[in-house]
Amino acid sequence: MTDTSHKSDAEIIAPKLAEKSRLRVFLDSDIFYAFRRSPVAVVSTVVVLILVLSAVFAPLVAPTNPFDPSSLNLMNGFSSPMQPNAFTGDTFLLGTDDQGRDVFSTILYGMRVSLFVGVAAVLLAMVLGITLGLISGYVGGWTETIIMRVADVQLTFPSILIAMLIFGVAKGFTPVEYRDQMAIWVLILAIGLSDWVQFARVVRGATLVEKRKEYVEAARLIGRTPFAIMLRHILPNVLSPVLVIATISLALAIIAEATLSFLGVGAPATQPSLGTLIRIGQGYLFSGEWWILLFPAVTLLMLALSVNLLGDWLRDALNPRLR
Amino acid sequence: MLAYIIRRVAQSALVLLVVGLAAFSMFRFVGDPVENMLGQERTAADIERLREQLGLDQNFVVQYYKFLEGAVQGNFGVSYRQGRPVAEILIERAPATLELAAVSGVLAILFGIALGVFTAIRRDGWVANGIMSASLIGVSLPTFLIGILLIYIFSVELGWLPSFGRGETVQVGNWSTGFLTSSGLKALVLPSITLGLYQMTLIMRLVRSEMLEVLRQDYIRFARARGLRSRAINFRHALKNTMVPVITVIGLQVGSIIAFAIITETVFQWPGVGLLFINAVQFVDIPVMAAYLMLISVMFVSINLIVDMLYFLIDPRLRLDRAGGH
Amino acid sequence: MSDPVLSIRNLCVEIPTRAGIVRPVDSVSYDIAAGEILGVVGESGAGKSMAGNAVIGLLNPPARIASGEIWLNGKRIDTLKGDAMRRLCGKHIGMVFQDPLTSLNPLLSIGDQLTETMLTHLDISREDARKRAIAALEEVGIPGAAERIDSYPHEFSGGMRQRVVIALALCAEPSLVIADEPTTALDVSVQAQIIALLKRLCRNRGTAVMLITHDMGVIAEAADRVAVMYAGRLAELGSVRDVLTAPRHPYTHGLMASTPLASAGQPRLHQIEGAMPRLTAIPEGCPFNPRCERAADKCRQAPAPRIVDGQAACWFPRVAEEAS
Repeated sequence: MTDTSHKSDAEIIAPKLAEKSRLRVFLDSDIFYAFRRSPVAVVSTVVVLILVLSAVFAPLVAPTNPFDPSSLNLMNGFSSPMQPNAFTGDTFLLGTDDQGRDVFSTILYGMRVSLFVGVAAVLLAMVLGITLGLISGYVGGWTETIIMRVADVQLTFPSILIAMLIFGVAKGFTPVEYRDQMAIWVLILAIGLSDWVQFARVVRGATLVEKRKEYVEAARLIGRTPFAIMLRHILPNVLSPVLVIATISLALAIIAEATLSFLGVGAPATQPSLGTLIRIGQGYLFSGEWWILLFPAVTLLMLALSVNLLGDWLRDALNPRLR
Repeated sequence: MLAYIIRRVAQSALVLLVVGLAAFSMFRFVGDPVENMLGQERTAADIERLREQLGLDQNFVVQYYKFLEGAVQGNFGVSYRQGRPVAEILIERAPATLELAAVSGVLAILFGIALGVFTAIRRDGWVANGIMSASLIGVSLPTFLIGILLIYIFSVELGWLPSFGRGETVQVGNWSTGFLTSSGLKALVLPSITLGLYQMTLIMRLVRSEMLEVLRQDYIRFARARGLRSRAINFRHALKNTMVPVITVIGLQVGSIIAFAIITETVFQWPGVGLLFINAVQFVDIPVMAAYLMLISVMFVSINLIVDMLYFLIDPRLRLDRAGGH
Repeated sequence: MSDPVLSIRNLCVEIPTRAGIVRPVDSVSYDIAAGEILGVVGESGAGKSMAGNAVIGLLNPPARIASGEIWLNGKRIDTLKGDAMRRLCGKHIGMVFQDPLTSLNPLLSIGDQLTETMLTHLDISREDARKRAIAALEEVGIPGAAERIDSYPHEFSGGMRQRVVIALALCAEPSLVIADEPTTALDVSVQAQIIALLKRLCRNRGTAVMLITHDMGVIAEAADRVAVMYAGRLAELGSVRDVLTAPRHPYTHGLMASTPLASAGQPRLHQIEGAMPRLTAIPEGCPFNPRCERAADKCRQAPAPRIVDGQAACWFPRVAEEAS
């Protein structure tokens, strides 16, 4: 409750602070204040930052490049975490897999794939959803009916199922010899296409509200084109719900990617994501090499959980009414 | 009310037609069905014959109509991979999935509602808060990890329960059931928990937030002011009002259970339609994918219809033709 | 006079907030006798509803009774907890809420809600409860009560629903009824009917009524005595005739002067300068002093005097001759 009133205060005061630096304005803002006050948000952000940075800079952080055959030594296979290998005496922080690849390094590289697919899929869903939402809200009529009908039908099905179907169909279109190379892009397409509906619905709803407001009317009267009106006037107003949905969608997309890869309909073994690593690790569960499975799984859980918590917090902080 | 039902049935039929179109387009345009079905040794005459047999020489609308006609009669063509009629494979596999889904669905709904109500009533209790925190982890935990975790604890470490398969099944007519043998029941435990847990978490969180909303309403305050027992207030007054929005979501969730069975079946090598589907996706076995899509849509649409009927039972405001004069 | 049904002594309700503890009800005392209607009047936020909620034990946490006593029929009730308090609600204290559209459960028929309440408090059979439910509906003026008992709330108009609410509040024959703005949400044409109904039922049964309202017209119409509240405190307490015709407290006087009365040919409505203070910023001394024309130094330093019936919480009360 108090957050909303604070927020409007901040918005009123904001123009007066023009001479202050943007950073200063951000640091003084209520959202940043609320952020500092929430240990959950701070911890999640730190975890997300650490994971993202170590994924982005994987080549620098990782002790080995697990996909460079020259750096591999099969003798190192199945080394336990933190224990010297019986044959070579090498020690690996999180152990090695069957081929002697350092698990820590494969996780960092796998996280790169997971994050890349997740972020790209959410961006695709966001662009698609915002565009369709704006169009259906602003134009209305048949366009709106068709777009929202498709959205309704799609919403009836779990998005993971839609993603699997799209993946299967797209795979069918891809020539067999390119399938492994294209798998990542097909995955992005599948998850992105399965997830646009949320964005479209929120943007459409907000557009319907904003469209009736006087400033949009005024913009229309002075001859702005519909495209300019949507871009300049309506879009900025829907950004905060979109940001919230994007964050929560990112967690869902990461999980969806991991699930698909785990099921063997996602990232190929040549370009493994966290899900692929877990799929590989599951095979060694019964023979006692638990670390091959455990560490990728824990990483995935930390990533998904902290993004989820961040999204939850963001939703409450930006708009307590959006549930 | 009748008019409403007719309208809903018509809408459902429309959805099925659209999904059917998608399924048919998949079948028709993804790869060349003839190529897929004939394999390497083929002659021009073979191709021509199959083309005619599949009706691929006719125009699109006619083909679509034929496809639908076949689908209604349960004819979805022949699996590219197994070379058997898809319908036959589906019927063989369906009991496994349906039994698993039914058990998980019941678990998810019962525990979801019970825990949701509990956490709403004991809002500030530490047990309720603990459950809520655990549920957030539950939402972030992918289904397959839950399955693996359960397998690790109960199969690998403790050795109590089997980690894959259905155990012994008994054939009852066309239906092979795992309910009648102890190994079948044991085999059900881990998969059904895995499959139901995520849905349970969702139902619980939803029931809790709706219930808290209802508990703030004036009629609940009025019920308290009349000195009704808290059991009557919580369950008769609050829970009933909570169920109206919750039922929609439960309907969707029950649908999702059948779809999410794909994941659980893969983890536990459960011989159901989900495992069949995921193999079909891996090998681009389009007829199986199309048939699965149609099958699952029929289920979803039926569940939605049932949910709409339930509204009428619960909410008197919807039974408008009963209302008489004002 | 016999012992009062309800007796409130120095009641204080507190809410801890981030800005410190606020007191929406501060040292309030009044009695209500059997068959008597006490009008509690004041602006929104004056604490009149909060006091009613405190009596029936429906304060929303973190609001709580900080001190003072509440006695009902010679029994102290503010110390009761849980089930003991629940048994009292409905059976000995009935409550009528403001909005009849939201105070009935939409999914239960009105008959269900009535019989449920009676079966909770009275030792009677289900059939008897149903008979009594029909009788109760007839009593509050629902036409065709026997046929309409199985109807759902949405099938009634707002005024009819408020009649149902009154039937519900009175069905276990409580000795005290708290009516919290019972007519505010209703059409003007229905308001008088509801007030008359409430008045008639309580007179017949000898029920004590706490009628909470901001509407001086309703007070004039229904109440025997009136308690005027300002910023959580009692400003004036007395018989309706005295308070309305010769208000002693400057606030009551302002309130009366700002109420349009059909009978009096007022040239222009009076307006009290300023607004009631927020609970976090109640001025020292008499809470009304910044808005008071008569305020002196004493009013800014010493809290207003405590009052009994027929008095105003004012250091310089108006006397009858001043009545304009």
